[in-house]
Amino acid sequence: MVLRHYTVPILLAVAGGVLLYVAKEELVSLYVLSVLMFMGVNVILATSLNLVNGYMGEFSCGHAGFMCVGAYVASILGVLLFSGHKAFGAAWLPAELAVWGFPLLILAGGAAAALAGLLVAIPSYKTRGDYLAIITLAANYIIISLIENLDIIGGSRGFMGMKKIVNGMEEAVALPWMPLWVLAFTVFCVWLLRRYLSSTFGKGVTAISQDEVAAEIMSIDTNKIKTITFMLSSGLAGIAGGLFAFIVGYVNPGSFNILKSTEVLVMVYLGGMGSLSGSILAAILFTVLLEALRPLQIIKWVVIPLLLIIIMQFRPEGLMGNRELGDLFPRLKRFYRFK
Amino acid sequence: MQTLIQPHTIPVLEITGLTRQFGGLRAVSDFNVRLEANELVGLIGPNGAGKTTVFNLVSGFYQPSAGTIRIGGVSTAGLKPHRVTALGVARTFQNIRLWPDMTVLDNIRVAQHHRLGYGFFHGIARSSRYRAREAAIEREAYELLEVFQLTPFAADCPKNLPYGTQRKLEIARALSTKPQLLLLDEPAAGLNSADVHELIRLVRWIHGHFDVTIWMIEHHMDVMMELCQRIKVIDFGETIAEGTPETIRNHPAVISAYLGDETI
Repeated sequence: MVLRHYTVPILLAVAGGVLLYVAKEELVSLYVLSVLMFMGVNVILATSLNLVNGYMGEFSCGHAGFMCVGAYVASILGVLLFSGHKAFGAAWLPAELAVWGFPLLILAGGAAAALAGLLVAIPSYKTRGDYLAIITLAANYIIISLIENLDIIGGSRGFMGMKKIVNGMEEAVALPWMPLWVLAFTVFCVWLLRRYLSSTFGKGVTAISQDEVAAEIMSIDTNKIKTITFMLSSGLAGIAGGLFAFIVGYVNPGSFNILKSTEVLVMVYLGGMGSLSGSILAAILFTVLLEALRPLQIIKWVVIPLLLIIIMQFRPEGLMGNRELGDLFPRLKRFYRFK
Repeated sequence: MQTLIQPHTIPVLEITGLTRQFGGLRAVSDFNVRLEANELVGLIGPNGAGKTTVFNLVSGFYQPSAGTIRIGGVSTAGLKPHRVTALGVARTFQNIRLWPDMTVLDNIRVAQHHRLGYGFFHGIARSSRYRAREAAIEREAYELLEVFQLTPFAADCPKNLPYGTQRKLEIARALSTKPQLLLLDEPAAGLNSADVHELIRLVRWIHGHFDVTIWMIEHHMDVMMELCQRIKVIDFGETIAEGTPETIRNHPAVISAYLGDETI
């Protein structure tokens, strides 16, 4: 079936069209729309963390730190260029240009976060397992403390002004920009990971997780693969962070602490290690669950960890457990192709 | 004076004065060897004699305390293992170290990592170079599986294969790196007698079919006697004998190393 080459793009285009229509005609409330956008952000976070924790077999528990770098870099750059700030002076560029500049802002945030990923990548040459987990934890704290102590960008009070840029974009061209960009970046990130992991080059990641000594002896430059993998993972987290900052319109270091990292870990383990479709599914489920349990208020944080305990007891491999959707339902493969 | 007249050939492997110290223990001491192209040489010695340490040094897993290792004339000093592999050294392990949850095909494919010919960005962009190389990698992998009669298992995971097949696959994976020197570390360990005969045939066939020098460690003496053109014997890190299988069999130093002196 030749059509199967196009099913995924067609489905995504339909989803984008529906999203566009629904948002433009205001058929759903702003609340539902923002939950949908958080789903996208969580999908990026979960799949990118799965690259390190699931595919490479390391345990990173500082993913929110890289998200923080992306969020701040994209926000500061955006405010600097398109809206002006009391500490930096007037905007450097006219606000209308933000329509074109926005994806570049997010990518710049991702690039900065990828560089921050070196904070973990370089120690990983010599350190593995639990010890590397401690280093990721430390990296998370270093990033947060650094920003808390930078008074020029608001310190622990946070940084704002991104709403103005989003409004400016919508004034320039009347489209629901944020939902569209979130969808576009989510698809981009998953697609990037999928392509990386399905190439022989990227399968070196799995080889390292299964036997690092054999990988090195069998000609894999393990340090190089580790560097690329950590930088890719943290870079994608940075993209998620940038999107998050512009959805909320306000960032403060407190929202990227270890609790946030744990939230992403929960999504990865819920979905299954080494399964991209599992992470996507889990991120969507988890976002819905968080919102559904909102009436419980603080008790929510008793119910959700309890759920995690139950999952670990009865299905430790997660929902999908090391398999993709296509492995679970082989017949589906006749209808789509995603590469 | 004969060496002056003969054309000088570069040996596949040349080790001179190799020494490796672990704290106070001298695991390998002043070890010398010279392997010419297409030789099939054995390395034996009692348990703890330092055989595997020699292999670990040659494959770059350890750095020598003293001495030099040259692969095809190139010194491996300071090279990481994957660089040494790229120079043309492949090895297998005493306890099988395949990637247990990757398919057999992927095990073979990933071992071509140093000669992929594309990097991260080609892989993401699926450039024409990526597609051409990936097709070549897959074709070569299937060719290798075919000659090793492993094609039916291509989609299986090694952990589900019988032990003998895993041994065979590990050798195939090593050959996938296109080595000029193949180090086999106790390939017959854990095999039953039927599998051992199969292994002897396999190694002899590899030696004839691939353009490769083989250096093997083995405890099964019949394997060594059948296969090796010459054998080196070490004990406590030092060479105690060297020669054809016949000489080694009757060498007094070897007998006393294995059986002890007559003071029993």
